[in-house]
Amino acid sequence: MTNFTPFVRSQMIDPREPPSGQQGLVRWARENLFSSPSNSLLTVLGALAILWLAMGIVPWLMHSVWNANSLAECKEIITQTWGEGATGACWAMVRARWHQYTYGFYPMDQYWRPNLAFVLMLVALAPVLFLSLPRKLMLFSLGFPFIAYWLLWGGTVWAPVVVALGFGVMALVFRLASPKLGVPVSAGIGLLAAVIWWLFVQAPLSSTLQGLIPLGLSEVDSDRFGGFLLSIVIGVTAISASLPMGILLALGRQSDMLLVKALSVGFIEFIRGVPLITLLFTASLLLQYFLPPQTNFDIILRVIILVTLFAAAYIAEVIRGGLAALPRGQYEAADALGLDYWQAQRLIIMPQALKISIPGIVSSFIGLFKDTTLVAFVGLMDPLKGITAVVRADINWKGIYWEPYIFAGTIFFLICFGMSRYSMWLERKLKTDHR
Amino acid sequence: MAEHAIDRSKMKVSDEVAIQITNMNKWYGQFHVLRDVNMTVHKGERIVICGPSGSGKSTLIRCINRLEEHQAGQIVVDGTELTNDLKNIDKVRSEVGMVFQHFNLFPHLTILENCTLAPIWVRKIPKREAEETAMHFLSKVKIPDQAHKYPGQLSGGQQQRVAIARSLCMKPRIMLFDEPTSALDPEMIKEVLDTMISLAEEGMTMLCVTHEMGFAQAVANRVVFMDKGQIVEQNEPREFFNNPQSDRTKLFLSQILGH
Repeated sequence: MTNFTPFVRSQMIDPREPPSGQQGLVRWARENLFSSPSNSLLTVLGALAILWLAMGIVPWLMHSVWNANSLAECKEIITQTWGEGATGACWAMVRARWHQYTYGFYPMDQYWRPNLAFVLMLVALAPVLFLSLPRKLMLFSLGFPFIAYWLLWGGTVWAPVVVALGFGVMALVFRLASPKLGVPVSAGIGLLAAVIWWLFVQAPLSSTLQGLIPLGLSEVDSDRFGGFLLSIVIGVTAISASLPMGILLALGRQSDMLLVKALSVGFIEFIRGVPLITLLFTASLLLQYFLPPQTNFDIILRVIILVTLFAAAYIAEVIRGGLAALPRGQYEAADALGLDYWQAQRLIIMPQALKISIPGIVSSFIGLFKDTTLVAFVGLMDPLKGITAVVRADINWKGIYWEPYIFAGTIFFLICFGMSRYSMWLERKLKTDHR
Repeated sequence: MAEHAIDRSKMKVSDEVAIQITNMNKWYGQFHVLRDVNMTVHKGERIVICGPSGSGKSTLIRCINRLEEHQAGQIVVDGTELTNDLKNIDKVRSEVGMVFQHFNLFPHLTILENCTLAPIWVRKIPKREAEETAMHFLSKVKIPDQAHKYPGQLSGGQQQRVAIARSLCMKPRIMLFDEPTSALDPEMIKEVLDTMISLAEEGMTMLCVTHEMGFAQAVANRVVFMDKGQIVEQNEPREFFNNPQSDRTKLFLSQILGH
């Protein structure tokens, strides 16, 4: 005896819409806020805490003063308008000192130079950040660092031009040598040629050119840089330089060549084991002892180099995670098609490993950008501590406490939040696996 | 197998040697995976390699394009000996196509880009021409309409056919198949096998690790049975299946055909 009914379907069922879910605010609140007695209690306590904080902050913000010449004047206006004992924010300070937060002590009549550099930076970043833009724009991005250097620091236009030619020499040597000697060796020779160029050809050539065609801007010293100008110069340069360096270190760490591997591991572990401030002190003090006397090695340049090295070590480890997540089959398929190591890395492995690593890489970049405030410890005018100390040293603004930090913090937040949103957008855009 | 009768007119084995393996040995650490393997593959041969798992059959064909390194003996592919010389390895790899069990398509590239990448970068063929070749082979494996999708949007059988097309775009002289249907649903196995059969009909030299005995009977001119890292028996398919000689082969065949 069977305990089921034999069955043959004569008509297949067409797909239908799913039942419309019961939605609405009440249902959501009941499910998420008041699902049990303990949850209800926590919800009430949380609401009270938020209310208490808001009661402190909202009046302070509501009483903000934008027009005043000193902190004392601010307080007077608040007392007059809101009565004895009222507190309020004094944003008049920002109005009076915004230019220092933006440019530091950069000469006022030259503000157009950082402004122009900033606009050009946005143009140069566009093709890097948005892959759908024409690739030819990248040529401008490659030239931008030299233009920006000249605009910001001034001096003869020929210095950055000749430095750029050094990169041209490197590329030329690499292109000539790489078919015969392979990628790593010819890259080394190219670098050597460029260094020789910068050490021995650079100075005479640029001064000769300046003699022939004098073209230049007034020079601005590094110690006049400050505020967000300084943060962005250090941050953007270090971010752009640390990514390629991190990629090379991550590959070096996986290399079969013992020396390359040992150097990469040693570098990464050393840098990660030492606080950034130690490296910054090294940059500002110790390097001077090791370098030949009279070498004028710019302090901002030194800081940029060490911040770059620092970030590169972290990025290398993030990328190593991305590399480890790739299935071995990807390497095998690339090998089986006859791609050589560098082609496989560039076309198959890195595009995927970097995509996996985007959240980690962007976290490192955000950390790096915020760490630029640490340059205060080597006497540079970072927006948070350096400029704020200057502002508070003014008798008019003595005693102002929250406003400068909130102001600088807000700008940092906007930039970092922007990076974070960009990375999420990029991740979605590059998503092709349809899992 | 294939619905149409298999056209054997072009399936001719020439005297020209495509692959010569002499006394080849390989170890994984202390483990002796391949032991004194000798094998001569002539141009136009269709060889099916079978055997229990761990018998070294995949390792053997992976040695032929140097995805695995052998430690003793000699492998000569199309006149080029495989040594540590990277130039030779890249040369052999560009002449030998390989299809993997798990397809190994590049998920960040479209189907078309998967197929044109190696021709453009390794063979230095202009992009336009590479795309034409790719579309030709994609039509051949019957998925030209998927060219602009990503691998993740295709079924397993379609992905494996793309993998075959990707290899063919390099115009290889020899094709290696490493269990090409083992990761597929039964309904998709057939479409992949049909593609392989049509390749055999055109006279491609093929080495195929597979458990598809129907395919072996229909297409192969030789079946090689391996166990414990050595070739135990090889014969033409009819003899191999109807009249196996070694006890190990008999046991294996009874297990895979007996249910």
